[in-house]
Amino acid sequence: MKDVIFTVKKNVPLTKNVYEMTLCGDTSDITRPGQFVNVKLDGLYLRRPISVCDKTDEKLTLIYKTVGKGTEQMARMPAGTELSVLSGLGNGYDTAPSGDHPLVIGGGVGVPPMYLLCKRLCGEGKHVSVVLGFNRACDVFYEDKFKALGANVTVMTADGSYGGKGFVTDGLPAEYSYCFACGPEPMLRAVFNSCKSDGQLSFEERMGCGFGACMGCSCSTVTGYKRICKDGPVLYKEEILWEK
Amino acid sequence: MGKMSVDLCGIELDNPVIPASGTFGYGLEFAELYDINILGTFSFKGTTREPRFGNPTPRIAECASGMLNAVGLQNPGVEHVIKHELPALKKVFHKKVMANISGSSVENYVYVSELLDREEQVGWLEINISCPNVKAGGMGFGTSCESAAAVTKAVKAVTRKPVIMKLSPNVTDIAAIAKACEDAGADGICAINTLLGMRIDLKTGKPVIANVTGGVSGPCVFPVALRAVYQISRAVKIPVIGCGGVSRAEDVLEMMYAGATAVQVGAANLVDPYACKKIIEKLSGVMERYGFRR
Repeated sequence: MKDVIFTVKKNVPLTKNVYEMTLCGDTSDITRPGQFVNVKLDGLYLRRPISVCDKTDEKLTLIYKTVGKGTEQMARMPAGTELSVLSGLGNGYDTAPSGDHPLVIGGGVGVPPMYLLCKRLCGEGKHVSVVLGFNRACDVFYEDKFKALGANVTVMTADGSYGGKGFVTDGLPAEYSYCFACGPEPMLRAVFNSCKSDGQLSFEERMGCGFGACMGCSCSTVTGYKRICKDGPVLYKEEILWEK
Repeated sequence: MGKMSVDLCGIELDNPVIPASGTFGYGLEFAELYDINILGTFSFKGTTREPRFGNPTPRIAECASGMLNAVGLQNPGVEHVIKHELPALKKVFHKKVMANISGSSVENYVYVSELLDREEQVGWLEINISCPNVKAGGMGFGTSCESAAAVTKAVKAVTRKPVIMKLSPNVTDIAAIAKACEDAGADGICAINTLLGMRIDLKTGKPVIANVTGGVSGPCVFPVALRAVYQISRAVKIPVIGCGGVSRAEDVLEMMYAGATAVQVGAANLVDPYACKKIIEKLSGVMERYGFRR
């Protein structure tokens, strides 16, 4: 974890309410895909956790949906805005057990962290299948970006207005060596129940600090209590308990 | 330059800044960020006899200039703390730590206090009779003079370490409760724990926090905490630790003018993990600027 000042370089809408923000700053503490950053915003007490979509040495890409005061403030930020960011939070995905043809599943605003994961897996020479799920055609983003990485991409929409009709679990390939997923909890449950392979799922929870101090985001797992912010957000499939 | 060191119940602190229980874990997350030996001390996560998972999530909400939490005393239990957390802490923190203790019965407070009394690393026992987020015990012991005194007396009987009673602001007369603790043998008072509050999500019409209510903390409670410290320090002779919304070195000074011997910093650590370090670095300059002398 590092406290870094980032400068907004670009901040553009991808859909009606999903934005892509490109920032410049020290990204050295982001070591794995699936990690997140915690952003301080004017007039709001708690920081806002946003997953890392992409990073290079100097550049960070965040994709966020406007859901409240914090993300609405972010959407209005012009280039040049400086942001206090706690960078490199959470455990992120472990690509070691992925096998030769991993499956990457993203639903809605669960799609962004899967981009850096897919980039990493493709870079490791894996044959990656990607299934992206959205509600409607107008919600779809990043399909071409995933394709440009060399992945085999399937898009599903709930209403069938683009790609296949149905949920991500209706578009799973026949064969895969391992699965990685991020999305809303009902999607994660469905993936958990229909995926035949081992895998890793990334969870969301309302956080206080984002770095393991406050116990605000704890959950029970097979291996004991875990803090989503510090011991997660990524959990191995075999340690997940569905309690709630 | 203003003198930074203070005497807290017979133990000297290099400075009066103490991260508050529940915002600093058992110190290890922060030790990765800076040398935590610069702190006066810190109060570790509220510890109970048995391990506790705490309340269901969501446990956190936000408000203007502050936050609410209903963590519900999640902790691994006193035996685990002694076996794992304290030895790990010893490697990175070379000062006495403040042990925050909670319980659902007087017997449980006594049980945990007896075990932690034997730990050389522990300097003070801070007895939490003010947690608003647990059903049994917690704040239930801190809302009457009789029960606050009963816990104080029972804990004092099993320890030679200084006993600091952490009080709830959710009472009619906090100074009277502080006085009852002093009369029962308490060596210090910490005020205040969080204020009971709630938030409702307009999209669902339902409470944001699964526990419905939570404890309010952050800069928005600072004036309430300051008032409590002012009232308590005029009612008792034992040292008072000011806690509630302290975020800047200026807040520390204000607390000290109100009568605090030391201060605890809580929610600020969660927003800025370097908050205590920054406060300590600025404190002597701020004391000098305002000509503060003890």
